[in-house]
Amino acid sequence: MRALQFRRSLPKYAAAMVAGSVLPGFGAKVGPLRLADIDEPALPGPDWQRIRPRLAGICGSDLSTIDGKSSRYFEPIVSFPFVPGHEIVADSDGGRVVVEPVLCCAPRGIDPPCSFCAAGLTGSCQNITLGRLEPGLQSGYCADTGGGWSTAMVAHGSQLHAVPDDMSDEAAVMVEPAACAVHAARRPGVEQPSTVVVLGAGTVGLCTIAAVRRHLLPGTLIASAKHPDQRKLALELGADVVVEPGEVRRAVRRMSRSPMVGDGVGEGAEVVFDCVGSADSIDDALNIVRPRAQVVLVGMPGRVSVDLTGLWHKEIRLIGAYAYGKESTGERTFDLAFQLVADADLGRLVSATYGLDRYREAIDHAANAGSRGAVKVVFDLRGERNR
Amino acid sequence: MSRPGFVLEVDRSTPPILFHHGEGFRLEKLPAGSRVIYPAEPVAPLKDPDAAIRHALLNPVGDSQPLPSLLRSGMKLTIAMDNQAVPLPPMQQPDNRQRVIEIVLDMAAAAGVDDVELIIAHGLHRRQTEPELRHMLGDRIYDSFAPHGMLTQHDAEDHDNLVLVGRTEQGEHVELNKRAVTSDLLIYVNVNLVAMDGGHKSTMTGISSYRSLKHHHNVTGMQHSRSFMDPPNSELHNSTWRMGRLLAGAVKIFQIETTVNTDTFPSQFGFLQKREWEWSARDRASYLATSKSLDRVPPRIARSIFHGIKSPQKMTSVQAGEVEAVHKLTLENVHKQHLVPVQGQTDVLTMGLPYVGPYNVNSILNPLLVMCLGLGYFFNLYRGKPLVRKGGVVILSHPTRWEFHPVHHPSYIDFFEQVLTETTDPLEIEKKFEEDFATDPWYIHLYRNSYAYHGVHAFYMWYWGAHALQHVGQVIIVGGEPRAVRRMGFKPASTLRDALEMAEDVVGRNPSITHIHNPPIFLADVT
Repeated sequence: MRALQFRRSLPKYAAAMVAGSVLPGFGAKVGPLRLADIDEPALPGPDWQRIRPRLAGICGSDLSTIDGKSSRYFEPIVSFPFVPGHEIVADSDGGRVVVEPVLCCAPRGIDPPCSFCAAGLTGSCQNITLGRLEPGLQSGYCADTGGGWSTAMVAHGSQLHAVPDDMSDEAAVMVEPAACAVHAARRPGVEQPSTVVVLGAGTVGLCTIAAVRRHLLPGTLIASAKHPDQRKLALELGADVVVEPGEVRRAVRRMSRSPMVGDGVGEGAEVVFDCVGSADSIDDALNIVRPRAQVVLVGMPGRVSVDLTGLWHKEIRLIGAYAYGKESTGERTFDLAFQLVADADLGRLVSATYGLDRYREAIDHAANAGSRGAVKVVFDLRGERNR
Repeated sequence: MSRPGFVLEVDRSTPPILFHHGEGFRLEKLPAGSRVIYPAEPVAPLKDPDAAIRHALLNPVGDSQPLPSLLRSGMKLTIAMDNQAVPLPPMQQPDNRQRVIEIVLDMAAAAGVDDVELIIAHGLHRRQTEPELRHMLGDRIYDSFAPHGMLTQHDAEDHDNLVLVGRTEQGEHVELNKRAVTSDLLIYVNVNLVAMDGGHKSTMTGISSYRSLKHHHNVTGMQHSRSFMDPPNSELHNSTWRMGRLLAGAVKIFQIETTVNTDTFPSQFGFLQKREWEWSARDRASYLATSKSLDRVPPRIARSIFHGIKSPQKMTSVQAGEVEAVHKLTLENVHKQHLVPVQGQTDVLTMGLPYVGPYNVNSILNPLLVMCLGLGYFFNLYRGKPLVRKGGVVILSHPTRWEFHPVHHPSYIDFFEQVLTETTDPLEIEKKFEEDFATDPWYIHLYRNSYAYHGVHAFYMWYWGAHALQHVGQVIIVGGEPRAVRRMGFKPASTLRDALEMAEDVVGRNPSITHIHNPPIFLADVT
């Protein structure tokens, strides 16, 4: 089968790190990612089946890996070589499916499951290096399962969600990022907050805006966006006010009609969703959130240097939001995500498709999506040979 | 005898024309056939201003008694005065206000008046600092009043110290400074820099509240002020006159108005006041030295150099007594200095904007103030018809940096970042955003306790250009920072030549072009 494969190669990884730091996406040209004909992955067990990806998205975490920017935190929880791609709509034995990629206790054949999986909190599974699979937190990071950037992969029955007939592939491929956004929106556990801020308006940010608007019902939703198309989409998806990143502190101050305290907004936002994950965005988040309120890290941050004095002084809760599972209401996040994609028409966020042959262009486009007026770039496997 | 202002028709022998350009200048070659409007040379100042002031106070105009007969022991006397927005640049000491107030205080002392307070009538402007007050009033007045709390700066948000005097027949609230309206006599001292200033507008803006100001500081009013430099045809003035008459019926007012000549720049910048073909070798050397030096220093340094300029303007008249009778004479004296007859409108109006306007003394002429100075003040420097025809193009020359003074203009930053990204339509802005900014507790706090303009003041800057925005087809800024220029809905151009080419897309080929050679200030009498 044809697949983009990420191999363990320290020299190439170092080259990607250097290249990616100069030009985002350049790691695809010099790094360990390669297009290859490889064997299809074997079925790990009886509950598994072979699926054939139709569309597979390029995510920010994929780009970090390709450009050598990933945190070393991931080293023990991935296995090489792996085929990236965890935002997947595919053909299965029973029709089109979306993959819930977390490789938790069930796919790993671990019974009884860990306490988190038992509670439905599969994103928090602590057995992601154990069981019948090689380590890997998700499909797309595990040597045994393959990933979406290929013509074939394997998936456990518990990972598959049927796609309604009236949902397009483009919409279906947005279900996984939408599920992340829904989970993030549910993480703070607040209802109808007065002011919410979403920092960043890439795929994660835009999906989070849509999820927050529908799940939290905020009084005012302020978003920051770098590029004109992002600003337009942010407003369409539910933001009340969209400002440039450098303007967000003043915008929050004005909307909350609060005093400034030093560089921070005195009675700022009740919840801030940081969908960027940079030192600057976290710093902004800590300065615009009100005391005793919450900052949710939705974008994958990596190693950053941030002054946490404000967090200490304002008694801010800094919480992470990773993946999905069951929400506190007992609903499956993916079920909510299907609804969100349909309600908010998130399929429109798919801006460009590429075949595997043009993977370098695809990565370059995805790495510079905002400035080129794009949001989500995906691989289109529907026309690939050997499929 | 000073030479009057006039209109030059550019021909091939005309030297490049000086354009102010923020903290710098440009020499621009205008196409043959263009017109340049030059201001009058400074009229002769009063030979003995102190004697003229005494004479005015003893011989008031209108229905008013001489000042000494209005003063008595035991009375409550308040003297309000214009703030440092006028004149521009701030004048060399002694300022007209210092001269007038020192004489008024002498008369008050002679009459045994001991309850005297001075109020800086800065309306919704920022408070002045101690050095700024000392410069304006002199150390003697400052040291006699400020330490005792008897020199105050009007606080339009101090509701305990505002009084609703009444409402006009049109429903306009006349709400003013309590001390001023509960005094036995209110003396108002002004510096009438341009024809917009003075009369009832002084009290109705300087010592009033937002609730009062919004009756005349609004988009509809400004769109129907044609121009606001011509009071009889200005809705701004119609409203303030109605309100002022109501006040005059409730409080005894003694108005003292002064005018200044257009001797605007000190000798080292003398070339700015001359017609280019009359520049001497020294003027050319000064221009070159100044321009080259300014090119080499950062804008911050250039700004501090310019804001150090104190103008040699001199008092040309003083009149005192009943408000309207006084102001009639004042306007005649302003017109003597400023009026320049101009025949016909133009397709393209060009103007070079200087470093300072009324709202950035010792501060930054930020992009909103550029808009206000160009499309508000300079565009409205007409009587009769606008200098530029309906649908014509205005070309401003100014660096227009995306730069704001964070202490003086905090709400301006938010207006620029958060309002103009949604709309540049003054009516929509007024409807959707004004109330929110005007009542924002943080802006109110900064206005009252720091040195910030009131939260709503940024809106007034935009409204000041509302008539121009309605009238012109396009606005182009030469040399402006493109991002800042576009944020305001205008077009950036690198050079005047580019701007004139862009203008042709709007007004057609070979347009008529008129440049206003300002400052020094003039008022075009367009027929």
